[in-house]
Amino acid sequence: MSAHAAEQDHRPAGWRRWLLSTNHKDIGTLYLVLSVTAGVVGAAISFLIRAELQQPGMQFLENQEQFYNVLVTAHGVIMVFFVVMPALIGGFGNWFVPLMIGAPDMAFPRLNNISFWLLAAALVLLVASANIDQGPGTGWTVYPPLSTSGHPGAGVDFAILALHLAGASSVLGAINFITTILNMRAPNLTMMRLPLFVWSMLLTSLLLVLAIPILAGALTMLLTDRNFGTTFFNPAGGGDPVFYQHLFWFFGHPEVYIMILPAFGIVSHVVATFSRKPIFGHKGMIYAMMAIAVIGFMVWAHHMFTVGMNVTGRVYFTAATLVIAVPTGVKIFSWIATLWGGSIQLRVPLLWALGFIFLFTVGGVTGVVLANGGLSVALHDSYYVVAHFHYVLSLGAVFAMFAGFYYWIGKMTGRPYPEGLGRLHFWLTFIGVNLTFFPMHFMGLAGMQRRVPDYPDAFAGWNQVASTGAWISVASVLVFLVVLWRIFSARERVAANPWGEGATTLEWTVPSPAPFHTFTHQPVIEASPAPHWLNDGA
Amino acid sequence: MRIVGGGGGILLGVLAPGVVWAGQPLPWQIGLQPAASPVMEDVVALHGYVLIVIIGVACLVMGLLGFVIWRFNARRNPTPATWCHHTLLEIVWTVVPVLILTAIAVPSFRLLYRQDHIPPADLTLKVEGHQWYWSYAYPDLGISFDANMVETDQLQAGEPRLLTADAPVVVPVGQVVRVQLTADDVLHSWAVPALGVRTDTVPGRLNESWFQVKEPGLYYGFCAELCGVRHAYMPIVVRAVPEEAFKAWVQERKVAQNPSPQHGNPPLFEISALDPESDPSLMEDCHRVKGEKPFGPPEANDGCVYFPPPYVLPPAEAPRMMPGG
Repeated sequence: MSAHAAEQDHRPAGWRRWLLSTNHKDIGTLYLVLSVTAGVVGAAISFLIRAELQQPGMQFLENQEQFYNVLVTAHGVIMVFFVVMPALIGGFGNWFVPLMIGAPDMAFPRLNNISFWLLAAALVLLVASANIDQGPGTGWTVYPPLSTSGHPGAGVDFAILALHLAGASSVLGAINFITTILNMRAPNLTMMRLPLFVWSMLLTSLLLVLAIPILAGALTMLLTDRNFGTTFFNPAGGGDPVFYQHLFWFFGHPEVYIMILPAFGIVSHVVATFSRKPIFGHKGMIYAMMAIAVIGFMVWAHHMFTVGMNVTGRVYFTAATLVIAVPTGVKIFSWIATLWGGSIQLRVPLLWALGFIFLFTVGGVTGVVLANGGLSVALHDSYYVVAHFHYVLSLGAVFAMFAGFYYWIGKMTGRPYPEGLGRLHFWLTFIGVNLTFFPMHFMGLAGMQRRVPDYPDAFAGWNQVASTGAWISVASVLVFLVVLWRIFSARERVAANPWGEGATTLEWTVPSPAPFHTFTHQPVIEASPAPHWLNDGA
Repeated sequence: MRIVGGGGGILLGVLAPGVVWAGQPLPWQIGLQPAASPVMEDVVALHGYVLIVIIGVACLVMGLLGFVIWRFNARRNPTPATWCHHTLLEIVWTVVPVLILTAIAVPSFRLLYRQDHIPPADLTLKVEGHQWYWSYAYPDLGISFDANMVETDQLQAGEPRLLTADAPVVVPVGQVVRVQLTADDVLHSWAVPALGVRTDTVPGRLNESWFQVKEPGLYYGFCAELCGVRHAYMPIVVRAVPEEAFKAWVQERKVAQNPSPQHGNPPLFEISALDPESDPSLMEDCHRVKGEKPFGPPEANDGCVYFPPPYVLPPAEAPRMMPGG
């Protein structure tokens, strides 16, 4: 078989394989390694934060409030740009988009390489920023004037450049995904037949290409305000700090959908596979994601209800934000309808996906509360907001990342994951994060503001509970590291398709682990009947 | 930056018998602080209503998930169904949420307009955020002072830690207080949960909000926008008192302020930025003609209209303008 022999052709050895890689699977692996590494750092920072907040009064950061702010900033930036995005987009996207559309690689393999290494450079800059002068204590939003006149040290410049590089990395990656998905699909794999993970990656990439340049513009103006005497955001020179907030959130709100759309895609695949049914309402799911992507660009100022926006603006942004609940609801109900009538196997990936559905719903409904501009006088910048976005991201995106990890790890490594430890990992995480974040709703309602290293004594009880949850999460991270060790030391190997008839997309047709080169010959997809992941002639 | 003479502390003692309400968080509290103003009453009502809706939705999803896991697991249902469409169902779960959201949007819009409409004000309070304290002014009464946090080791019995300021904002019960807010360095946010006020203070902008306290009492707040190292240490205390007590406080405050016009505020702008010669009214009204009186910080809120307004940075610090800017 010549095709089989070609599977390992031109495979460089040693460091060249990784540093100079143009192979989508190797680059995907690099992204995943970076994500896990940054994830351990980001999680360690959050445990430091919870340790400081465990009791009222300063625990171990006495007179180091600036360092606390640096920790808060680093936690946010690391989790968004160096954990969630590299895992969901760079990692799973690189690995599985070409496999799912029957393409041999990404459209621009060298661009793919620079995308990854720009991100690695960005991470270096970010870590450096925390150690230069007093570090960036601005929050991940980098609002001026705190980020300009409020932080004279070069730490903030390093953080801004880190975000710049991470943004460039994302845009290049997104261009690659869009080109790949539009041009390299196997024959008869029409757009409406594309698996939902591929659709989610396409829409996420479009959001990135449209949103990141706005961030880049805002960050560049910050840099020149800081270093070259411009006054884009300084009222003394005719600028306006609120202008920055508009620019930031015009990027920042699509950014949250950039993080969650790939999660939607993964959950759809996992739910369909383990209920042994095609996804319910494939078209409706695509339209729902499109609607979320479009509306996601029209709601940015709901992050700014208290800046003194005029009432018409607040009414509009309230209405537009409420609308997002409709397509999101369509997705939740379609997942449940997929499970309905299925033959459900409660394997570890499905546990994470079910956890995602429920916890994302909880985070979604508190989003409906926060959408009401009128309630912002009680909730804006409170711990209620912290609870909300950790429910959709820490318990949403991260649960989907683990669903994808357990779902595809056999395909990526050829080795099985330990089922029992996987379950333990799930339950520890589920209990830990809920115990951490659910009480934050209460703190926020009672009036505890964000980004403080100390709080009034009345909040002691719920903070103690939240920190206890964090210690359970520490245990879950350790269990995950044991899971990783067990996977990579396993002697058994998994079949091409370990999940049976429910796993229908093309990545399950290639061997496990997926060979270095796949689909060097185009796979055949019939015009009719429809592929198995669709239920009918869609 | 402490206020002169610790008048606030004395006053707290004098007015203590009037306190019937404490707007502050309680241990293990799980809901909003009780409403002490009309706006907050509406906020509490809307939140209670939306909370019922979202608990219903969350329970529905949890119930459905639990049911499918129990009913359709592989043991109980070995053969999966093949259907994957149900147009009517899809229409229902699109239209019903739209109706629910409409039912939320209508009262939500009403609340927004109600918050925005400031009734005729009885009193104007100016708030200026600084790193890391608040300055307050009652422009119509000629009162102004700064409020810093009382450090833990200086708290009196019963004063909550991190929430106690050395000078409360005293307001008369039942009167409409218009709040005008700005900042002179970075962003801050003036938040008093029980009064339903949370408005950012933005350099170069003048924001407006309002409240009307229903009951005498102490209402505690904080800075709600990350503003640097001491962000957590910018408490707000609003003390609502009957009108007579308020008048007494105003008198006491004026006396406390008079001996020294230097009340601790750093000069917001150099007086030389004004040009009395080109604007005679400035000279006449504001008794600050060169030669008669040394230049210094303006008497805050002495009834003069200053231009540029105090929320514009001093010209000495103003960066060069951009070409065309």
